[in-house]
Amino acid sequence: MSIRARYERDLNDVFDNLMVMCRHIETAIEMCMKALVERDYELAEQVFDEEKTIDKLERKIEGDCLRLLMMETPVASDFREVSAALKMITDLERIGDQARDIAEITLQFRNSEEVYIKELVHIPQMGAIVIQMIKDSVQAYINKDLELARYLDRADDKVDELFVIVMNDLTELIKKNPDIAEQAIKLMMINKYLERIGDHAVNIGEWVEYAITGEHGKSKRG
Amino acid sequence: MTISKKESINFIPLKTRVRGYIKHPLSLVLLLLVIGAAVIVVGLVAILIGHLLIKGVPHIKPELFEWKYTTTNLSMMPAIINTLIITLLSLVIAVPIGIFSAIYLVEYAKKGSKLVAIIRITTETLSGIPSIVFGLFGLIVFTTMIFKGYSIIGGALTLSIMVLPIIIRTTEEALMSVPDLFREGSFGLGAGKLRTIVRIVLPYAVPGILAGVILSIGRMVGETAALIFTAGTIAGVPTSVNRFGHTVLDVTGSGRTLALHLFELVQNPQTPTDRYFNAAYATAVVLLVLVVGINALSSFIARRLISKV
Amino acid sequence: MITNKIDIRNVNLFYGDFQALKDVSIPIAEKEVTAFIGPSGCGKTTLLKSLNRMNDLIADCRIKGEMLLDGENIYGNMNVDILRKRVGMVFQKPNPFPMSIYDNIAYGPRTHGIRSKSALDEIVEMSLKNAAIWNESKDRLKKSALGMSGGQQQRLCIARALSVSPEVILMDEPTSALDPISTGKIEELIFELKENYTVVIVTHNMQQATRISDKTAFFLLGEMIEFDTTVNIFNKPKFKKTEEYITGRFG
Repeated sequence: MSIRARYERDLNDVFDNLMVMCRHIETAIEMCMKALVERDYELAEQVFDEEKTIDKLERKIEGDCLRLLMMETPVASDFREVSAALKMITDLERIGDQARDIAEITLQFRNSEEVYIKELVHIPQMGAIVIQMIKDSVQAYINKDLELARYLDRADDKVDELFVIVMNDLTELIKKNPDIAEQAIKLMMINKYLERIGDHAVNIGEWVEYAITGEHGKSKRG
Repeated sequence: MTISKKESINFIPLKTRVRGYIKHPLSLVLLLLVIGAAVIVVGLVAILIGHLLIKGVPHIKPELFEWKYTTTNLSMMPAIINTLIITLLSLVIAVPIGIFSAIYLVEYAKKGSKLVAIIRITTETLSGIPSIVFGLFGLIVFTTMIFKGYSIIGGALTLSIMVLPIIIRTTEEALMSVPDLFREGSFGLGAGKLRTIVRIVLPYAVPGILAGVILSIGRMVGETAALIFTAGTIAGVPTSVNRFGHTVLDVTGSGRTLALHLFELVQNPQTPTDRYFNAAYATAVVLLVLVVGINALSSFIARRLISKV
Repeated sequence: MITNKIDIRNVNLFYGDFQALKDVSIPIAEKEVTAFIGPSGCGKTTLLKSLNRMNDLIADCRIKGEMLLDGENIYGNMNVDILRKRVGMVFQKPNPFPMSIYDNIAYGPRTHGIRSKSALDEIVEMSLKNAAIWNESKDRLKKSALGMSGGQQQRLCIARALSVSPEVILMDEPTSALDPISTGKIEELIFELKENYTVVIVTHNMQQATRISDKTAFFLLGEMIEFDTTVNIFNKPKFKKTEEYITGRFG
């Protein structure tokens, strides 16, 4: 057993909480995608609760990490692990916020009988991809999987592609019928939120890379 | 505000203490033993000094301090002067040799070398030899071979040999008690060995060395056996006339020290009268005062040296 | 090109049969703080002491390799006393001499032949000021140095080392016997000393190494495992042994 047993136990707590936080985020995004597609407004409301839980977990992990930094003054890989976790949870929390934002927009459809101006195909696709990305990023951190962390960049390219497709579709629709502009803008915002979630997942991947190599992913690629 | 003894929570009432001793009778026995031993020691010293003072002080008379000894005045003045001369001479001989040997042993000799071990054993053995043996050695070497007769210088040389081990041991100890940190600090500033020893090590060791010197003085002042066959028992300060016609001290002449004077007074086979005993007691008081005085002076010097540090 | 103040090249050091240093090479840059870290008995103090030949005092100490001070062989024709004047030392335990504060500082310059009262006065004042202890000692220069607190004593020892205007100052765990406030003051001082001196410090305190040193060398069982900038050593050491040691998983 390592002579830093207490440190490692505390760090494992951080890992566990990160995984819990990650699952809540997956759930939140799944819920808001389903709520949007199926117009299930009660489900959309549940996203708010998820978001609150995510916030709480963020503060818990943040406190644990800061305490570790203060009490154990870790160096080298220990230091990188803890500081990476600290940075990652900020991105994870933002993702939670964006899931809530999507749910908020969904709720705006509640009182109108208007039908969707287009079939929602690409947006749920993006949702599925970003969920996988978040899962992978946290997994990469816990398993110290550099390959997986670096792969996130390519996954994000797919998200960006879909974003452009959706944006172009919506632009075309507005051009054809300016009356639907309001709904198109709302969908565009959801589109943008999902794209941002992908970016956050990439950020997490970069911190994972830092935790493993000591080089921040972005600084290396320029 | 202060706390009275009884208020203090660490106050143990007598009853509790008595109960404790009843429970552990052995510790009571031990307590009584140590108290008893302390009382005996203090009591003995008190009785001894008291006895000396009572018997001696009334007989301290001016004629005991006349310059010349006669069988009528039984003066101890020559003996006092001889004591001072012999002690001083011995110190002049023994202290430098002793200190230099100790410096060699501690500072220069290779640690754990055979030579050092042999010298240590030798000095320790020397310090255990009874003083009469030194006296016999002095009789053969100084009295018979070198000076052809009893002499103050022969006595001083004998005493030097006798106290050399004491001075070496105590100086060695004093030097070894100087923390190596000081030596390192001095070397680290680019100071050489000699400078380090003279400026750093010796000043720090002076009180310890002085303690050895005091111990030696004590032994020399009280010594009789080593002197009886070397310095001899003539009851006067040895003198001779130099080529200018002045009467001067002659260290190759015989002369007895205070302790020897005392010994002779009691020992004198022709006239073992009260007069002699009384003079002996008076001499003993002076000897006591002399020893106490030398000790006080030495510790005063030691304190001055320490406070200078 | 940055010139090295001290160049340690392929040094092997034996105490009798025991090899205390194994083929150690370290370039020590001028006006930087270089820290030696590693577990007890790893050879870091041995190396430090051999830089001003304090190991000469130890019997059976044999050294192979080269140690250069400004390109000049430390173990060559250099006079040892002059070497120790150029490469000063501060020890683990504060060791002021049992004399006055003034005499403590003046001891070094006097050793090297400075006798004039005014010159000594000036050196004492400068040294005490440079060691940031002038204000605490200026009114008690004639008092015994042993009356000072541990932290003050150690700064006095630094002042004493500065008194012979060295070029390099070696420090052997200088704060290990001190409280945090004294330690902080000495670390601050070391940081200032860097302006004018090259400092080599042995420390067991990792945080201290990260706080004050520019470069760090990690030693293990007589070998120099890794030498790099302190930032790199403590952020991303190249060797597993270094990582294990500094993260406390060594053993």
